[in-house]
Amino acid sequence: MIENFDLTMVNWARAQFALTALYHWIFVPLTLGITWIIAFYHTIYVKTGSREWKNLTKFWMKLFGINFAIGVATGIILEFEFGTNWSNYSWMVGDVFGAPLAIEGIFAFFLEATFFAVMFFGWNRVSKRFHLFSTWMVAVGSNMSAIWILIANAWMQNPVGQAFNPDTARFEMKNFSEVVFNPIAVSKFTHTTSASMLFAALFILSISSFYLLKGRHIKMARRSILVAAVFGLLASIFVGFTGDEAAYEVAQHQPMKLAAVEALYKGENNAGIVALGMVNTDKKVGDDQDGLSFAIRVPGLLSLLANRSLGSFVPGIEDLVYGNPQQGIVGATEKIAKGKVALAELDKYKKANSAGDTVAAAAALSLFDQNKGYLGYGFLEKPEDAVPPVAMSFTSFRIMVGLGTLFPLVFLAFLYFSFKGTLQQQRWLLGGGTILFFLGLIAHWAGWIVAEVGRQPWAIQGLLPVTVARSNLTTGTVQTTFFMFLILFTVLLIAEISIMLKQISIGPVES
Amino acid sequence: MEQVLQKQSNAAIRVFRFYVEGFRRMTLGRTLWKVIVIKLIIMFGVLKLFFFHDFLGTKFSTDEQRANYVLSELTRPVQNYTQGGEGE
Repeated sequence: MIENFDLTMVNWARAQFALTALYHWIFVPLTLGITWIIAFYHTIYVKTGSREWKNLTKFWMKLFGINFAIGVATGIILEFEFGTNWSNYSWMVGDVFGAPLAIEGIFAFFLEATFFAVMFFGWNRVSKRFHLFSTWMVAVGSNMSAIWILIANAWMQNPVGQAFNPDTARFEMKNFSEVVFNPIAVSKFTHTTSASMLFAALFILSISSFYLLKGRHIKMARRSILVAAVFGLLASIFVGFTGDEAAYEVAQHQPMKLAAVEALYKGENNAGIVALGMVNTDKKVGDDQDGLSFAIRVPGLLSLLANRSLGSFVPGIEDLVYGNPQQGIVGATEKIAKGKVALAELDKYKKANSAGDTVAAAAALSLFDQNKGYLGYGFLEKPEDAVPPVAMSFTSFRIMVGLGTLFPLVFLAFLYFSFKGTLQQQRWLLGGGTILFFLGLIAHWAGWIVAEVGRQPWAIQGLLPVTVARSNLTTGTVQTTFFMFLILFTVLLIAEISIMLKQISIGPVES
Repeated sequence: MEQVLQKQSNAAIRVFRFYVEGFRRMTLGRTLWKVIVIKLIIMFGVLKLFFFHDFLGTKFSTDEQRANYVLSELTRPVQNYTQGGEGE
């Protein structure tokens, strides 16, 4: 695994996917979030008819336009990677992912392309009301198109509404509504979009703080901060609630991820959440060492988070690896045995079909069906292989939650001094405010690392490990494209930052 | 009927003019469109064409062959085990 720096083809492909996804995720949350705040600014302009609010709205629209233009199509590279580096996976999930991704494309094209043009070109050319409606529709359309890709991601974390077809080697969608209303998808969508709103508010605070520090565009900056801070504060509260729901769903469907995030090796009743701690990197699954070198815990909170019950049992990594009959937990050891039966019967079924032996094929299929829920475990060599990288999951989670706790306090501070009328004198706050955008980005990235690293070794939870999802390529091939992307993304990022900085230095233009 | 067609045609022309005018009046937008076009050319004209082949699409010509290949990939650990190999 990548924890041991074993950079084989699979890990290079994972690193490439992570690089592309994290780069893509600079632009996406800003698009998802800032469109809402722009819609509010635009609404205030339409309500008041104030030229200043119009200029303010146009300014933030311009920065949104830059972000959108640089970010557009960066997600397509992820699809290239699926077909090239992850061909087994792409083949197997094609039927399930086809519908959500097609809907996403239609939403993105029609809603965004239509209303996007009206939003940018519509000043003084369409009615004020239709123009405002278009701005709101850009926000709605962007977020609605995001839901489908999040449904696809959630399916990988909790593969519901499907059945594996042993003739085509594909997971086929059997229940569309189960896929769409997958509890992981619902919590992922609400958590991701609310976190994106928060992120956009931080972006506005960063640039507005810069203006106030420099003594430029003061009125515009103060107005922008006021709306963004209220919006950000409300979004922070929502992020907290949706984060709690997301953690609950993880506990129900991916208990190993939750155990890794808490470095909880031995399950406990009334389990505490680690508020502060450090992972013991010498710890091996099954030995007597503690998983954490030191820890400050809040008693009972993990049980409450995982099961909505203070005294309840939360399984640890070792319970999930070796099993815990007292708690009715089937361990990875047993699942591996069942997975190997599923694979062996799949092989028999394939051979019996080739030989035209229908009786043997039916017998093999019956046994396969009994064990297919553990198919992915059949590829693991030892039960400890089912454990994700603990240190990375644990640390990323604390970065995300730590920053997520800081942000509402920052919004409150901005609001307090705004209402007091002394914001411009608080240079410490404005100085710190200029880096809020980067802190927000780190929080978002950390969240995705928790979600994706925490579910290793699986490409599809319990059904397909990443080692089997990959294509038969040489490491050198993937390394070449990895570094090509690194160069391309760096150039694009420089382009975005320079265009964005130029517009920020120009500031809002009088209309 | 003719009036309806006339109205539809007028609406289409108005929408067309709206877009043309919008594009013509762009300032920063022109730079952004250049960035988008260059990026798409690099992505589809270079990356996709030369480096990101669809692995199964180029190796096999039918879905049946692709399915058989993936099935053989899935059952490779069984094959390796029965032949004394190490498995996946």
